[in-house]
Amino acid sequence: MSADPNSVRVTPNIAAEHGLTSDEYAKILEIIGREPNLTELGIFSAMWNEHCSYKSSRVWLKTLPTKAPWVICGPGENAGVVDIGDGLAAVFKMESHNHPSFIEPHQGAATGVGGIMRDVFTMGARPVANLNVLRFGAPEHPKTRYLVGGVVSGIGSYGNCMGVPTVGGQTSFHASYNGNNLVNAMCVGIAPADRIFYAAAGAIGAPVVYVGSKTGRDGIHGASMASAEFNEDTEEKRPTVQVGDPFTEKLLLEACLELMATDSIIGIQDMGAAGLTCSSVEMADKGNAGMDLDLDAVPQREAGMTAYELMLSESQERMLMVLKPEAEDRARAIFEKWELDFAVVGRITDSGRLIVKKDGKVQADLPVRPLSEEAPLYNRPWNETPQRPVIAAGDVPAPNSINQALLALIGSADLSSRRWIFEQYDHLVMGRTVQRPGGDAAVIEVPDRPGKGLAVTTDCTPRYCQADPFEGGKQAVAETFRNLCAVGARPLATTDCLNFGNPERADVMGTFVGAIKGLGEACSALDMPIVSGNVSLYNETNGKAVQPSPQIGAIGLIDDLDRTAGIGFAGTQHTILMIGDGIGHLGASLYLREIAGREEGAPPPVDLAAERRHGDFVRGQIEAGNVTCCHDISDGGALVALAEMALASGIGASVAMPHENQPAHAFWFGEDQGRYLVAVEGDGAALQDAANRAGVPTLVIGMTGGDALTVDGASPISLGTLRETFEGWLPRFMAGEPA
Amino acid sequence: MDAPVQPEHDNVGVESAMKAAIVVFPGTNREVDMKDAFERVGASAVMAWHGDAEVPDCDLIVLPGGFAYGDYLRCGAMAAHSPIMKDVVKKANAGQPVLGVCNGFQTLIEARLLPGALLKNASLAFVCRDVHLRLEHAVKPLTGNLAEGDVIRVPVAHGDGNYFADAEMLKRLEGDGRIVFRYVAGPGEPDTRANPNGSTADIAGIVNDKGNVLGMMPHPEDATGPRQQSLDAVPLFAGIVEALS
Repeated sequence: MSADPNSVRVTPNIAAEHGLTSDEYAKILEIIGREPNLTELGIFSAMWNEHCSYKSSRVWLKTLPTKAPWVICGPGENAGVVDIGDGLAAVFKMESHNHPSFIEPHQGAATGVGGIMRDVFTMGARPVANLNVLRFGAPEHPKTRYLVGGVVSGIGSYGNCMGVPTVGGQTSFHASYNGNNLVNAMCVGIAPADRIFYAAAGAIGAPVVYVGSKTGRDGIHGASMASAEFNEDTEEKRPTVQVGDPFTEKLLLEACLELMATDSIIGIQDMGAAGLTCSSVEMADKGNAGMDLDLDAVPQREAGMTAYELMLSESQERMLMVLKPEAEDRARAIFEKWELDFAVVGRITDSGRLIVKKDGKVQADLPVRPLSEEAPLYNRPWNETPQRPVIAAGDVPAPNSINQALLALIGSADLSSRRWIFEQYDHLVMGRTVQRPGGDAAVIEVPDRPGKGLAVTTDCTPRYCQADPFEGGKQAVAETFRNLCAVGARPLATTDCLNFGNPERADVMGTFVGAIKGLGEACSALDMPIVSGNVSLYNETNGKAVQPSPQIGAIGLIDDLDRTAGIGFAGTQHTILMIGDGIGHLGASLYLREIAGREEGAPPPVDLAAERRHGDFVRGQIEAGNVTCCHDISDGGALVALAEMALASGIGASVAMPHENQPAHAFWFGEDQGRYLVAVEGDGAALQDAANRAGVPTLVIGMTGGDALTVDGASPISLGTLRETFEGWLPRFMAGEPA
Repeated sequence: MDAPVQPEHDNVGVESAMKAAIVVFPGTNREVDMKDAFERVGASAVMAWHGDAEVPDCDLIVLPGGFAYGDYLRCGAMAAHSPIMKDVVKKANAGQPVLGVCNGFQTLIEARLLPGALLKNASLAFVCRDVHLRLEHAVKPLTGNLAEGDVIRVPVAHGDGNYFADAEMLKRLEGDGRIVFRYVAGPGEPDTRANPNGSTADIAGIVNDKGNVLGMMPHPEDATGPRQQSLDAVPLFAGIVEALS
């Protein structure tokens, strides 16, 4: 037996060690009218840390648009829920597992994937698609390769075993992530629209049931760790990373869905961050109730665990449910069939208090409401991020040759093929992957609804957000909108995962505020409300923050999968058109960074009205069957997009600048927003007429065909050379070979 | 298979249509893919629970893909000791057709219904991508309507698909025509990309000496649907169903 932690007298010092400020500790004393014991202090610290309480971000999160007629459930539950018609709902969310993945990349990333899937099936949905966003340090940093390998194998190990396809995501490299990589996992599930399960648990006397894995000492204070910045001692925090068991989670998924098909559950909540503490408090709070917990009944993996440890453990693959009293036997039988632990660990009460007993003694007795609703709320001071000057295209040097610049870009760390990553993820299990990784958005066929598609994507351009958080925030949403339109999907809703540095620094807080304002404006303008999300702050090491990374995940609907588009050219002698126009904006572009070696300038502005007009036009053309392929223009500009279209199909193209308004390198590599490339049979005149009527600019830029990409009469680049360059970088990097 | 045929649904619901029993272990995850594939060509399929003592009455037993028991021990090692496997072994030995795919192949090897071993992929990493398979020997009914020499495009998705047989066993398998599928390079693909896991002699699938038990690593069931980007495995399933209906 460990010593009884409750015999330790809590002092302000101990409170500080739990990450509580002196003001916060004073508030605890005021709420409970006495000194807390150590278990109670642990419960407060778990509920009031940044990760669980959103104390620095809540004021700003409230400004985001979250409603639309098709939104069934917005932020505040385990995941957002959106009506997708035909009696079905999509349930989805994105969440960070940054800190654990830096400390122990394989398990950290794996448990991030496990956690987000639990959020989705807790609400009654079967997960049907996973995505992930990975931001690593510079390739030349000695730790980067180890982190990439560990994170990718961790994500694969969990998703593959669960049998949920990992269909998309984003990976990039930048020195700002050297000491703090980002791992954001997103999961999308499908549920019957009239059978969504929530956390509220208000039936007095109803049994509180624990199911899933046993509780061990792993992950104690994981949420607190995620709420502090890193320093040289970070490695010592390795024991706070949980270990994932995807097999148990697969059983938990099947058992929960089997039980959910019966009328048994009043409320259900997964045990994620801060484990039993957070799940019990949230369920009781949402049900306006109290809860008695008997920790002796909790299935335990090791002997002699204290109340403190049991309440704060972050052991994975566990759920807390409140059952209808008459359903207990039925539920037990289902969980026993799946060989999972099932234990009644408490009752719902009308006391409004969380009363935790162990060894016949009360170990904690706290009022429920103040634990969640009186959590501290900070309106942190913030500085507006200074505007950067717009860089004129003429002030950016031209490359030695357009061909060389293209090869340098598609062979760079950020633009080269992600095949090495996505081939380690089972992206085909369930048999419904219609568009595989590598396109603009992944598309899956909705189970039991043949011909109906769900498009899913995730995006953000951190270098834009660093240059201008407001425009960068807008751009993150706009690009997910564009990804969805490019496959012919009608954008529905978004989830966000906001990764920033230390909010106690006004400059960092300023980037957060700017990004939120940009996200909000774009989500409103594009009718893509934010229905769920997660905030990860303190992503910095020794006082240096990561690039602001407000990651957006988005879903869209395709009513008829016969009317969709991929990025690959679908035939030869098709006319290639650019939808949208621009000035050849090179500020904060990849060309500027990779070719000119400069990270500066204002990012491309996002005209949300044009964005919407162009997107609606492109989607309409895809639905009408008028285009044979479509790709949005993003990182690296038009020529990089063309190369990707050629490589996806094995069909080359000849292209030329249709005007002399810009320097050639600005036209081909500029990152102006709101643009797409499409190909059509014939000369494109009909599409141009339609575009004119819709007020959408178009340019004919070339023709498909051949086995090379030829730009403006320069020597052709064979698809073989393009492919070797595009596919080469990541495998070489991971093999430790010179770039 | 250059011109994949759309699956026909004519005999759906016909009582004489073949019935497949798909065994579900804890951790199995491609059972629905498999059921879909059989239903697309007009067969019926039922799920069989690993804890049951007997496989339900059927024309074909299928062990599908997944991670039975998490594959925390050798892949398929725990599943091979499930209660239902006694009956699978008994029926296989009595001549009933059995198809094992991926984790199912691993389980058939652990249950000693097929020889050899499936090791970790040579890359030491999980691999999910399309591969090309050539039918080396037609073994009725399990290779369906595929003809010897046919090349089909189907996906793989596994971490432990590196088939190993020692020299003597390899000679026997070759001599007896029991190497059914081999990995080959697809059109325009370099030979180095043909074999996704480093298997001995590019072996992707083998049969037992009686020819009624087929194990293969790739997933033909995921190349049978109109939106699965390859319909190349339709003749495989259609032929099995024709023969066993």
